[in-house]
Amino acid sequence: MPDQINLRINGKSVSVQPGTLVAAAIAQSGVNGFRRSVKGQPRGPLCGMGVCMECRVTINGLAHCRSCYVICENGMEVRTDA
Amino acid sequence: MSQSFDVIIVGAGIVGAACAAECVEAGLKTLVLDRGIVAGGTTAAGMGHIVVMDDSEAQFNLTEYSRRLWLQMRDQLPAEVEYEICGTLWVAADEEEMAEARRKGEFYSARTARVEILNGEEVRRVEPNLRSGLAGGLRVIDDGVLYPPCAAKFLLDNARRRGAEFRAGANVTKLLSEGGVLLADGSRISAGHAVNAIGPWSPELTPGLPVRKRKGHLVITERYPDFVNHQIVELGYLKSAHSISKDSVAFNIQPRQTGQMLIGSSRQYDAEGSEVDYEILAKMLARATEYLPSLGKLSATRAWTGHRAATPDKLPLIGPSAEHERIWLASGHEGLGITTSLGTGRLIADLLLGRQTEIPAEPYAPSRFANTSTHHA
Amino acid sequence: MPEPRLDFEVVVVGAGPAGIAAACAAAENGRRTALIDETPWLGGQIWRGQDVKTTIPEASQWIERLRKSKVTLLSQCTVLGAIGERTLLTEQSSGPGEIYWERLILATGARELFLPFPGWTLPGNFGPGGLQSLAKHGWPVAGKRVVLAGSGPLLLAVGSGLRAMGAHIISINEQTPLARLISFGAELIRHPAKLAQAVRLKASLLGTPFRCGVWPLKADGAGQVQSVVLTDGHRKWTEDCDYLACGFGLVPNVELPLALGCQLNDGFAKVDEWQCSTVPNVYCAGELTGIGGADAALVEGQIAGLAASDRHDAARSLFSRRAKWQRFASALATAFALRNELTTLALPDTFVCRCEDVTFDKLKDFSGWRDAKLQTRCGMGSCQGRICGAAVKVIFGWGMESVRPPILPARVESLNLHSTNLR
Repeated sequence: MPDQINLRINGKSVSVQPGTLVAAAIAQSGVNGFRRSVKGQPRGPLCGMGVCMECRVTINGLAHCRSCYVICENGMEVRTDA
Repeated sequence: MSQSFDVIIVGAGIVGAACAAECVEAGLKTLVLDRGIVAGGTTAAGMGHIVVMDDSEAQFNLTEYSRRLWLQMRDQLPAEVEYEICGTLWVAADEEEMAEARRKGEFYSARTARVEILNGEEVRRVEPNLRSGLAGGLRVIDDGVLYPPCAAKFLLDNARRRGAEFRAGANVTKLLSEGGVLLADGSRISAGHAVNAIGPWSPELTPGLPVRKRKGHLVITERYPDFVNHQIVELGYLKSAHSISKDSVAFNIQPRQTGQMLIGSSRQYDAEGSEVDYEILAKMLARATEYLPSLGKLSATRAWTGHRAATPDKLPLIGPSAEHERIWLASGHEGLGITTSLGTGRLIADLLLGRQTEIPAEPYAPSRFANTSTHHA
Repeated sequence: MPEPRLDFEVVVVGAGPAGIAAACAAAENGRRTALIDETPWLGGQIWRGQDVKTTIPEASQWIERLRKSKVTLLSQCTVLGAIGERTLLTEQSSGPGEIYWERLILATGARELFLPFPGWTLPGNFGPGGLQSLAKHGWPVAGKRVVLAGSGPLLLAVGSGLRAMGAHIISINEQTPLARLISFGAELIRHPAKLAQAVRLKASLLGTPFRCGVWPLKADGAGQVQSVVLTDGHRKWTEDCDYLACGFGLVPNVELPLALGCQLNDGFAKVDEWQCSTVPNVYCAGELTGIGGADAALVEGQIAGLAASDRHDAARSLFSRRAKWQRFASALATAFALRNELTTLALPDTFVCRCEDVTFDKLKDFSGWRDAKLQTRCGMGSCQGRICGAAVKVIFGWGMESVRPPILPARVESLNLHSTNLR
């Protein structure tokens, strides 16, 4: 049984299987809105393949990361903006 | 000849649009023609910095006059023009540049433009993302930024609401000395006067005009609200704008209302193509990163180029051409076209009507180049 | 610390079926070959996850073949654009880099076509392929109620795949009329394996309503999708759901070909019989040349790889197989052509550009893409016009402009190569 990956989403600790996308971890933690649009709407992933840019979150202090293309790593700090 | 207008303005960029608005306001029957859409040329590529400059008294007069007109227009501008009076912060990297900052500050204060001198610490207080070790800077308080395509459309729509006509997709091939224009489809439109406001392409319609294309690059970032608060420009900018022949880059960054930032700037002659030059882009971004060390990690969504219309003396051409009294110029604004569009429009209308101009118009007279070599287009 | 510049004889961009096949062909013919992909995985979209857990024998065979070859795999490497001649600018987590190529094969695949309708921006609305990809990497779908809508074979495939992961598929709603789907069935008979696959998929979804001539009118919910309104053009009805997986087919990712100067033909990369584009030494294979699925991609990738390795006779031997799959691609396009009603789903306040929140009413009076872009900033956001650009082409008929670099958003430091690095 592979070790779980532990990361934090908006300050809350989350444990996921290795190979889990950050986007999936965010969903698993119960968060629906990943970012706020220009007019303040909550948005989440649409395309699942890195082109729509709706899944962007801040990972380890770096803003505008496409969470559908990043695999969870131990100790990651993820912040959504919604 | 079909139809007749008092004035035909060729070029629906921000300069042409401003001219149209003023001409119509002055009671002239006005037609605007563009081979494309409104603001599709240089205006689309521009940074939208509303700024006073002091290379010369004439440049200051025109920029200050125009900036005043923008400030007066502020409440009329729709939200999409995104006009922000964020001020310019000229940054000095060393004592030599700081001396220039002070000189500039004195020049502006003496002419009642509001400024503030900042030392190295103060500069970082107003702009925390600037690197440490800067000598200081000059804040020009009433400078601002806006989004040029919407500003140009606003001006043109104003003109049209008051009776000006606009035809997009109208390709003018010749300005007629008897007044009017010839179009690519062979038709002619007569007018009392025709105004060449097509910017870097002006020599195509006025052969021999001393306007050269000066290419620039810009990059826009993702949204990083509050990363910078002013339009920040290095004082070395002047050195590159001064340079006539060298390719050059200078640090110039603008915060947009959206939270995105525009990063510039570059200048190249003899670079006719619109493709992005990665080497110039790299130099430009490297220069910007020297001033804003954390810029490197920010996400850039797009890079593009545009061509400015540059004249030999860094002043635009506003007024009747040297050769034909019915062919006029409103071109050659280099990096100040957005700012000075309003002043240009006023001057054109004033001169057409023989009215007293609010600032002296002679420094911008196209006739000042009449005796210099007129190489063919 | 930037990566040093890398030199290859053949560089392949995109590790989907076309790219894998092309890279194998080139490497097996002795060419020093690189295969670049911006994800950490192999398989592109259609074979997503096959490198970890095989369910498609053909995929595992090709991936195995790739792993045994001498191809240099450059993972998590984003191509930002083309510098000068024969050099790609790339970005990896370690920083920017340059890759020099003598022959370039672009296999950047396709993305789903999204059309705006009220509520399409709610979290919980995904492309069908998108939801499946996310689910393969941990997105929770077990026990979730999913409505599938839009168009194309993906709907059935994804419905089946999600069901196998424990999702509760409420319904599958295909916009194409039944008559067209039946005609497509006739074409499928020529491809027994594909017919068998379709039958299997349908069988796996026994009990799930599969409808033709049905499309979505709106999605509703408080902060996320909770229900969707569907119509057959006469009546409307509402279905409750947790996720809406709605996509209207595929559009090719032609940004990199355009950046290299490749001409397009009806939106696809124009290529000759050797898969060579209109730019010498630049080849395009797979969905870039026409939406044909993995089979067409594999044969086109092989032809491109062989041609790029100057093995023209071997390439020629694959022409008839390619012709067969291109006929299939053509039949696909006909069968799943989009109906007119889809161009009028957006209401005045429906966002068309999601990145800049530009609504339909702000766009509809413009005559073209450039004017609309400049005035509303539609298409000037983070997705660089990929989502809304494809939509406005369908809704307004506006053609796409040329691309501006970078091809994908890049860190400023990636565009900041010192000039000494450049040739």
